[in-house]
Parts: sequence; structure tokens; C-alpha cells
Amino acid sequence: MTSPDTLLPIPTTTRRDWSSDQEVRWCPGCGDYSILAAVQMLMPDLEVRREDTVFVSGIGCAARFPYYMNTYGMHSIHGRAPAIATGLAMARPDLHVWVVSGDGDSLSIGGNHLIHAMRRNINLTILMFNNQIYGLTKGQYSPTSELGKVTKSTPFGSLDHPFNPLSLAIGAEASFVARTHDMDRGHMLEVFRRAHEHKGAAFVEVFQNCNVFNDGAFEGVTAKQVREEMLIPLRHGEPIRFGADARHGVMLDSQAGARVVDVAEVGEDALLVHDESRVDPSVAFLLSRLARGPSEPTPIGVFRAVERLEYGSEVNTQIAAEVDSRGPGDLAELLRSGATWDVR
Amino acid sequence: MDQLSNTVERSGASARVEHLDRVIIRFAGDSGDGMQLTGDRFTSASALFGNDLATLPDFPAEIRAPAGTLAGVSAFQVHISDHDITTPGDAPNVLVAMNPAALQNELGRLEAGGTVIVNEDAFDERNLAKAGYAANPLTDGSLEGYKVYEVPMTSLTQRSVESLGVKPRDAERSKNFFALGLVSWMYTRPVDDTIAWIEQRFSAKPQVAAANLAAFKAGHAFGETAELFDHPYEVDPAPLPAGTYTNINGNTALAWGLIAASQLSDLPLFLGSYPITPASDILHELSKHKRFGVRTLQAEDEIAGIGAAIGAAYGGHLAVTTTSGPGMALKAEAMGLAVSLELPLLVIDIQRGGPSTGLPTKTEAADLLMAFYGRHGESPLPILASHSPSSCFFVAIEAARIAIKYRTPVILLSDGYLANGTEPWRLPDVADLPDISTTFATAPNHTNDKGEEVFWPYLRDDDTLARAWALPGTPGLMHRIGGLEKEDGSGNVSYDSANHERMVQLRAEKVARIADDIPEAVVEGDVDGAELLVVGWGSTWGSIDAGANRVRARGHKIARVHLTHLNPFPRNLGDLLRRYPKLLVPEMNLGQLSRLLRAEYLVDARSVTKVRGVPFTASELEQAILDTLGGLR
Repeated sequence: MTSPDTLLPIPTTTRRDWSSDQEVRWCPGCGDYSILAAVQMLMPDLEVRREDTVFVSGIGCAARFPYYMNTYGMHSIHGRAPAIATGLAMARPDLHVWVVSGDGDSLSIGGNHLIHAMRRNINLTILMFNNQIYGLTKGQYSPTSELGKVTKSTPFGSLDHPFNPLSLAIGAEASFVARTHDMDRGHMLEVFRRAHEHKGAAFVEVFQNCNVFNDGAFEGVTAKQVREEMLIPLRHGEPIRFGADARHGVMLDSQAGARVVDVAEVGEDALLVHDESRVDPSVAFLLSRLARGPSEPTPIGVFRAVERLEYGSEVNTQIAAEVDSRGPGDLAELLRSGATWDVR
Repeated sequence: MDQLSNTVERSGASARVEHLDRVIIRFAGDSGDGMQLTGDRFTSASALFGNDLATLPDFPAEIRAPAGTLAGVSAFQVHISDHDITTPGDAPNVLVAMNPAALQNELGRLEAGGTVIVNEDAFDERNLAKAGYAANPLTDGSLEGYKVYEVPMTSLTQRSVESLGVKPRDAERSKNFFALGLVSWMYTRPVDDTIAWIEQRFSAKPQVAAANLAAFKAGHAFGETAELFDHPYEVDPAPLPAGTYTNINGNTALAWGLIAASQLSDLPLFLGSYPITPASDILHELSKHKRFGVRTLQAEDEIAGIGAAIGAAYGGHLAVTTTSGPGMALKAEAMGLAVSLELPLLVIDIQRGGPSTGLPTKTEAADLLMAFYGRHGESPLPILASHSPSSCFFVAIEAARIAIKYRTPVILLSDGYLANGTEPWRLPDVADLPDISTTFATAPNHTNDKGEEVFWPYLRDDDTLARAWALPGTPGLMHRIGGLEKEDGSGNVSYDSANHERMVQLRAEKVARIADDIPEAVVEGDVDGAELLVVGWGSTWGSIDAGANRVRARGHKIARVHLTHLNPFPRNLGDLLRRYPKLLVPEMNLGQLSRLLRAEYLVDARSVTKVRGVPFTASELEQAILDTLGGLR
């Protein structure tokens, strides 16, 4: 069911064309606003039609996202967006299906669907807003909250060891894994574009500030004044360097680990050259674990982007091959496909 | 059993053949003995021969329980006749027991004086002990009163394949084909089809094919030449209505019904499913039919199965999820979402014994109230139930018709007995099947306050109350739907209390109005002047039919009504129920439909129940009806 005007040029649109008429109802100052703005700004540049674009979400603050996009959309139930989006993407490979989710929605109640969507490599663009807290239920710790965190449900401090979302995604065989943050529109635009262009399941963690229940969770790495020293931009084909005058870098050590080093000490040749297309996920996994939390230098950008068979198109290939070799199904013939006999 | 009372003996040149009007045979053995296959082949041969028949596979949940134990006994009952029958029969006339455990487990079911054919070789000390026999029943006189045939099936099979160079252990595996050959001779089944089937089925393993074939022929020859058996029997073809027939089980019929519904609605078929007994065969069957454009997703769990189906439904596919009771529980929240989204969706529940894991391979029909009420909030949805294996085909089409026309999830209830049981099915003419196609919104349907033409996804059809359905990809109709309460018409999120009440009532009214669009309930049997109306649903149909007819044969007037549409009930049901002095509701649960009928119609619906993992027998229902009638006097 593609648009009847598929063959016509895609009309030029502006950010406004991608904004719905619904009033945005996040808390003032929420990081979600800047992510929404980035997505709405990106869409006119993607050469896609609004009617061919679908945003699917689960439950949580982030999950209100589809209501604000002038596209097709579904605000579904907690954790199930990847499953629903999988069915839609399988049924309708002509569509661009986005999943917008939070850390609770994706990694707690919906953890199973998320890992299987990535493993299956179905064509979805998954944006996971990580604010390390449950916002909509008013401030319980989340599966990405740090150990010891005091919240309404952990008055003595959290005992739950957190997930590292990117390590999880890489472990789940994701073919595209990236991280960005809500304080840098340009970086979001670039990462979201790459995720959209990826064929298969693309997973993007977005550091997102919840100014009501977990204010400043990522300030230690994303605040303007520390960013240069605390964020490590990953650029494909380039040695990994960061900091003022690019004086820091990342290298692999002899103990099969990755660590931050002073370039002056080790020399540029010792630095790890970032290769997002490396089939073996080990180095991407090491990079995902370089920082133990948002208080240490943290890599952002595309960690991993590899080509792998995309589930939805493979399904269609199987169907087409069957129809090609044996012709389309015939119902009357199907009913007679077992042993039959005639009664006169 | 009265099988011998109607027999006509006749003599042939070579051997005497005795005529039976029907016979019930139960094959029983170890799970690894291939009893399901044996029963299935006997059934196919009988179907092709033209008998009417009904089958009841009865197997354990364990794939291979320890060999020789009672827990590992797998049985297959087949009822063949020269007239119309609706059940797999009450007490078998013949029991084929491949080992002591099978005899121990199954003998109690056999009719008094029935025939027992045992694999004598399996009755060694070890197997006897495993089956809990202190003494060998073949020699201690405990089988007196039965006609017992002791056949050394294992050794005869081994001898028959000796020349093929098959190892004794592999040869032993062919003994079920020896049994099949022997029983095929006893009931004069045509053998050509079975021989062809063996050759084809095992074509990849020529030695296995040859061994099975040799065993089958040896069994057949043994019947003919051993002086053990007096004479073979014959059950004539049944005078069925003219047409082309196939032998079908409920799950295959259901899968084909879904494919038919896809063709008739012109919507591609999508199945999201997680493997679960006894529903998995629908997934297996549909995954074969890519030529029909069928997409099947073996999802990561039950919730993903229905979630993916909801996504596909949103994309304009005929979306289906299949499961059994435990999966229904897991899908409940997503069903509520589908009620709220008002998208077509088929939720198919092949019921089994519960609660929890319960009796995975045994039949039960105790999910009716769950289908009605197993979601939070007021979330009504249409419910249908199939009543025989072949009816699954038509009920699938009807469920799809309702789902598509009314933009609603529909629950279709089948059960383990229908799923695996088989019957001859007169194939419908495809041209006679209904058109269930629909139209999608392609243009704005509302002018807003600002005078703009807009699309409102929750504007409803005046008659059906179905909402407008616009598919992603349709220009200009972009809209968002979700689980939050929606404003009547626009579909925008609304927390307005009056709007919520209106939407709750609209959703209920939409389902209630379907009563105007489904066939009225039809009374069968003694429509006028019956002393009692038996009200049934689901797989009890065959047993009710047989049980009621037995009571009628005793001179009572009994009426029957069987419900396919359970929500909403047919319009005329209340009137029907009030027309008869007594109501009896047989159910494979503790009285769920009777409770609904009492609540809905304030009638004295009496309940007769059974939750033993097997269908009612005709005699059980005969007795229940007589008991209920007795109360009249």
C-alpha cells in the first residue's frame, strides 16, 4: 500500500509540516523537547514522505513522542513498541518505522522485545531516551540508574546493578549502535540520520535530561563547559582523540582492554583507529564500556554499523521466490492438497 | 457395544468376512512406538475407503517419557462407520496394546468383552514391572472375558526385515507398521494408499522405507495366514453427500480458513505466534504457504506474537495470533490495546487443560469466561467457537469477516480435541465463500472548526459503529492512535470523563450490534414439544448430538442448539431458551456458558461438566440428559 504518488518527487517540507497540531505536554525544560525538535528538523532532509513514516512508542514520557509528529503513529503499551513495530515493518517494508522509547520501557518491561528486534535485524530506527529514572511514574530508579541511587523506591540506595545499554545492544547482535545526547542538536541530527539510513535495526541511546526527577544526570559529560574533555567523538576511519587540542586518545592495551591515554605519552600511532564497520563486535563492546558512568570520558557517535541480512526484506524475498517458482497460491488447489476422494 | 447386533455374516470363496456398521479401534503404545502415525494411517485409509469417521489422538505432554512406563503411553482412537457419526466413540471395541503399560493404561476404556491385540514380545519381566503388573496379565487369567490375540510383533517384524540387512534395533522400530498391517487386514482396509504413503514419506531413507513396507506386509500376511484370527471384518463406506472429500483436523482447517479469509478479504495474511501446544501446528501450516503471501513471525514470546500482529493490522494486513490458554493470559494487555485501537485482529485460542501449564496435550474448554472478561476495564470483543474439525475453516472466515467489518479484535476458541481430531470434510466450492473485503479511508472525512478538511480516525459508520481505517502510506490522512482514551470522533487523547463514558458505551454498543449481523441460533432435533433443550458450544457438539439422539431413540423429545457466536449471542437465543421446560448445558469446564446464560437471560440453565482432558462420551451425555429429564417426573 505505497502512496499512489510514489513515483512523483517527494514534496519539499519544513519542520512545521512534520509537527502535529497537538500541544506538547512534557515538563518545561525536559530534554525530550530538544530531541523532538531535532527529529522534526531532520525529517525534511531525509527524502521521505510523511505518510510513509510511522512512529511507534510504548509507555513513558518519551512514548508521547508520536502524538507530536505529523506522521502516522501509535502510542502502544509498555515495552511492546519493538514488537508492534516489527509486525508493521514486516507487513509494510515500504514504510519508515521509528521506535521511540525510554530506559524503563526498553530495558525493563520491554527488554525481551528490544533484544530480539536487534538480533532479528528488522528495519527499525530505535531511539532510546536514557534519563536513568522513571519519570512518568514520578521518580523510581530505572534499569540504567547507578548503584546506590536514592529514589522513592530505593530510600536506602539502589542495589540494582544497571545495564549498559550499548553493551546490551552490541551483545544482542545489533547491526547499528550509536549514542548521542540532548544538548547537541548537530550531533543528534547526524546520528539520527545515520540510524535512519541504516538497513536493519538501528539502536540509538540518547542521553536525556529529566530535569524534574533526575536533573543533571549527564551534566558531568554533556555540559558545554566540560564537553570537550568528557565526550569522545567517534569518527569512522580516524584515530579516537578528544579534549583540548585533541590531547587525549583511546588505545587498546595489552590486557585486551581499551583505555584513555595522553597522545603525547603514547604517540598518535598507538591510538585506536575507529572502525564502525568491523564485523567482530569486540572493539565496539570495549568502547561501550570505556566509561563506567557519565562521570568519565564517554564515547558518542556511531559505535557499530555493519551490514547484515535485514529480516523484513528476507521475508519478502522468500515469498517472492515461492511465487516465482510455483506460482501464486490457489485456494481450491490448497483444499485438495491432501488425499481426497469423491462420493457420488 | 452393539456392534455385533447389526452384523450380517457372509461367506466368501476364500474367507468369511463379517460386516460391522461401525468399529472403534484404539492404538496404544510407548510414545516412541509411532502410535499417532499408525492411527493416522489407518484413518486415512478408512477415509479414502469412504467411511465416516472421527478420531481422538490422546498423547502425553512428555515427548519421550522413559520407555515402557505408564507416563509414556500414547494412544490414538479412531471410530469408523458406514453411517454419519460425530464422535470418536465411547468405549473402543478393539485395543491394540504394544506393551504392558499400554494395556494397563487403556484396558479400562475397552468395552466389555472387547478385543485386545497385544505385542506379546513386549511382555517381559522388565516391562511388566514398569507397568506395575505383579503377574503377567496374558497368563494370569486377568484378561478372561476379553478376546485376546497375542502376536509376537517385535520378533515377526525383525524376521520380516532380516533379508534387508536392517539392524535388529532399527528393525524393531518398524513394529508399528506390522500392527498397522495386521489391523488393516482385520478390517479389510485398502492397502495401496498406505504402501504409496510409506514409500513417499520415507523416500529419503530407502532402507527405512523398505523395512516399514516389509513390516506392513508381514502384518497383513500374518492376519491372513495365521489361524489366530477367525475372519476379517468389513465396515462399508458411509452414504455421505456427494462431493470431494478430504480428511481434515481442526488446526489445518483453521490455517486454511485463515488463508481463505485472506483471499476473500484481499488482505495479506500475517501471523505472529509463539510455539505452544496444541496451537503450534497452525504456525507450522501457515509457514508453508508463502505462495499465498502469508507472513509468519515466530515471535520471541506470546506478547510479541500479538504485538507484531497489531502492528501488521495497523499496516492493513489480516493479522492473526494463535495460542493456547497460558498465552491468552500473556496477551491480555495487548488485546485491550486492540480493543482501544479498534483494529481488526484474530486471537485464536486452542484451549487445553488449565490452570497454568495444566494438561498441555489434553483438551478442555475453560477459557470462555477469560475470553469474555480476561482484560482490564470494559473491553468487550466478539467471541466465536468452532464445533468440529472442519468447522474451524468456516469459523475462521466468519471471525475475520467480523473483525474486518467492525474493526475489532475477535477471539476464536477451538480446543485440543478439535485441533488434532479429524473427520472427513466435503470440500466447499471456493466460489461459494463470502466476500469479506473492506474499504479503507482515502480522503479526509471531517471539516474542523477552522474549515479545514481533516481525517478523524474515530468517526464511525452509523450502522456498524466501525471507525474509519486509514493505512499508513495514505497521503493526507496521517493520524496517531493509541491506548490512551480517545476523544470521540477526532481520536485525540482525551481525559474528559463524559467522553470516556461515551467511548466505553460506544465500544460495547459496536460489539452488541453484531448480533444483527450473525445468523440466528437454529434448534435441531425435536424442535417442537421437546422436553429439554441441550445448549452447547465448542467441541461438545459431536457428543451432544450422539447423546441426545440416544435419548430420542428411547422415545424422549430432545432439542439441541449449538452456539458458534458467543459474543454477542444470536438475537433469538433468549426466546429459544425460554421455549423449553428444561435446559441442560454440557461443558468441558465447570459451567461457564451456563453461568453466562443465567446472567444474561435469567433462565435455569443446568450444567453438566467434565474436565478430564477428554471429550464427553455419548453415554455420559445420554445419562446426563436422562437424569435431568428424571427431575421432571
